Amino acid sequence: MFENLSEKLEGAIRTLKGSNRITEVNVANTIKEIRRALLDADVNYKVAKDFTDSVKEKALGQKIQIAVEPGQMLVKIVYDELTQLMGGTKQDINLSGNPAIVLMAGLQGSGKTTFSAKLAHYLKKQNKRVLLVACDVYRPAAIEQLKTLGQQLDIEVYSEPENKNPVEIAQHAVEYAKQNKYQVVIVDTAGRLAVDEEMMDEISRLKETLQPSETLFVVDAMTGQDAVNTAKAFYDRIQYDGVVLTKLDGDARGGAALSIRAVVDRPIKFIGTGEKVGDLDVFHPDRMASRILGMGDVVSLVERA
Amino acid sequence: EKTKQNFFSRLGRAIVGKSKVDDEVLDELENILIAADVGVDTTLKIIRRIEARVQRDKYVNTAELNRILREEIAALLAENQTEELNDFELPPRDTPYVMLVVGVNGVGKTTTIGKLAAQFKQKGKKVMLGAADTFRAAAVDQLKMWGERAGVPVVELGMGKDPASVAYEATKRALEEKADLLIIDTAGRLHNKTNLMNELAKIKRTIQKLIPDAPHEVLLVLDGSTGQNAVIQAREFTKVTDVSAIAITKLDGTAKGGVVIGISDEFKIPIKYIGVGEKIEDLQIFNRYEFVDSLFEENA
Ligand SMILES: Nc1nc2c(ncn2[C@@H]2O[C@H](COP(=O)(O)OP(=O)(O)OP(=O)(O)O)[C@@H](O)[C@H]2O)c(=O)[nH]1
Ligand SMILES: Nc1nc2c(ncn2[C@@H]2O[C@H](COP(=O)(O)OP(=O)(O)OP(=O)(O)O)[C@@H](O)[C@H]2O)c(=O)[nH]1
Ligand SMILES: [Mg+2]
Ligand SMILES: [Mg+2]
Repeated sequence: MFENLSEKLEGAIRTLKGSNRITEVNVANTIKEIRRALLDADVNYKVAKDFTDSVKEKALGQKIQIAVEPGQMLVKIVYDELTQLMGGTKQDINLSGNPAIVLMAGLQGSGKTTFSAKLAHYLKKQNKRVLLVACDVYRPAAIEQLKTLGQQLDIEVYSEPENKNPVEIAQHAVEYAKQNKYQVVIVDTAGRLAVDEEMMDEISRLKETLQPSETLFVVDAMTGQDAVNTAKAFYDRIQYDGVVLTKLDGDARGGAALSIRAVVDRPIKFIGTGEKVGDLDVFHPDRMASRILGMGDVVSLVERA
Repeated sequence: EKTKQNFFSRLGRAIVGKSKVDDEVLDELENILIAADVGVDTTLKIIRRIEARVQRDKYVNTAELNRILREEIAALLAENQTEELNDFELPPRDTPYVMLVVGVNGVGKTTTIGKLAAQFKQKGKKVMLGAADTFRAAAVDQLKMWGERAGVPVVELGMGKDPASVAYEATKRALEEKADLLIIDTAGRLHNKTNLMNELAKIKRTIQKLIPDAPHEVLLVLDGSTGQNAVIQAREFTKVTDVSAIAITKLDGTAKGGVVIGISDEFKIPIKYIGVGEKIEDLQIFNRYEFVDSLFEENA
């Protein structure tokens, strides 16, 4: 099902051979294959269509250099466009404020709690004093989960097991952080669906109250077509600053990365690459582009073009 | 509550009295299916089946088209499935019915187990749970809380223990205490991690030392918001554990879970349960016609 795109393109590209210009007619098949590769990678169908339309526009009428295969040239255009779409200027996490507050948000099971611990670990290694806050008052053993991770990392976890009000808990935690000279407060929250009015209201109240310097939307790299709806709905409510893409140690092609980027203009700041606390990485748009296209060899292919 | 509008009527109007489905309608159908994560291959397969049916039957009206669409898509959902479940039921046995629950990280395995335990307990079954996720932080605590909610005992050896040993111990206890049903929770694992996948095979072998034909059901839990990667998950988990049933979770959101159509068709695995929320009662028996209808419901 997921053959390498370059293999799939071979047939389509044959129609381009011998021609010295990319035209509407000879490029149609290739564009179709590219669109299909994007769909197989779970890029949202509307995003995929807009994207291939713009690639076609860029490609049309371009002169094919003698030395280069026309197919390769097209793939290069696609790859460059993808990279650019997901890239732009690299933005770091904003840790202004005393303490700086980082708020997590996302669907159930996307990896918020794990990522909270990973980020705490990452910042601790930069000699920051970090406090983790357990604001998921719903999921069974959510507090214990964060506490266990905190213990592993030797990072304090603030929790109020009897309190069912996350906004209050978070406010108290910030007070506590100020008194104890913590520099960064990372607030883990419960997973929620974008259609759950009450829960969306809760996260937006958390954001209002805490005024975090950084709000991160945590999303599973395996997410399908719904990624755009969810990303948009969360953005409408809490205007998050960045996206975290988790579980990239799997073999999902991760089209969600492109889809989200197309509907909300927010950078992907970190990726999760495993279950352990050290499995955090910064986001590389070019690697993501080859991953979405399903071609490990895209870089060498492109270098020749 | 989501307000939903039915696509069928609109599609029907565009097609009434025609002996051929025009391209515009097919394009719209294609978009709807792709947007529901059905995937390109399965979508094309469905469209070809619809085209063939319409060409053969001619003069379809709205009602007929609805029926054809539902039938053709539903047919792909495990065509070979002999018994559709009507309720939470177990085949009669002398020894415990052992269910092994597997899946990638965070899909809803533990939650689904809690819900299943409650359902079967309500049916008067003696249910036990085995806490073989000894890896993820507080995994055992989480299962124990579900055990309390459902009112069923949980067999555990604590965190960090060998999952196969826990499975063995749980099976032994279930035999001793003459349980009707033992459900074993496992740690989430990505299917491309060979060592973790082999661990599942080991759990299976260990259970078989006590009950040779166990596990009687290997339930693969898929997250309803997962896209095409679910196909690979189904393939890889089937390789090591002979997955025999599927549960799709989180269908209370806007994701449709359409990827299971192709999975069910390709691997002939029946879908048994759907998760529609985080509460203990939020588990339903899968109904293929309702599922197909939900693919065409628009989220306002
Ligand atoms: N393989 C892998 N697993 C991950 C990664 N990030 C998180 N996980 C796993 O995914 C599962 C869910 O992670 P959690 O951190 O509990 O997710 P959550 O968003 O806090 O979940 P809820 O609080 O229930 O909404 C756990 O099994 C984690 O170990 C990752 O980058 N790679
Ligand atoms: N909305 C909704 N949430 C669900 C459903 N099923 C599970 N969840 C939530 O999804 C999150 C993950 O569920 P778990 O049961 O911990 O998933 P798991 O597969 O056991 O996770 P790991 O053991 O970490 O791999 C939790 O927040 C659950 O409450 C469902 O049907 N609907
Ligand atoms: Mg959590
Ligand atoms: Mg679990």
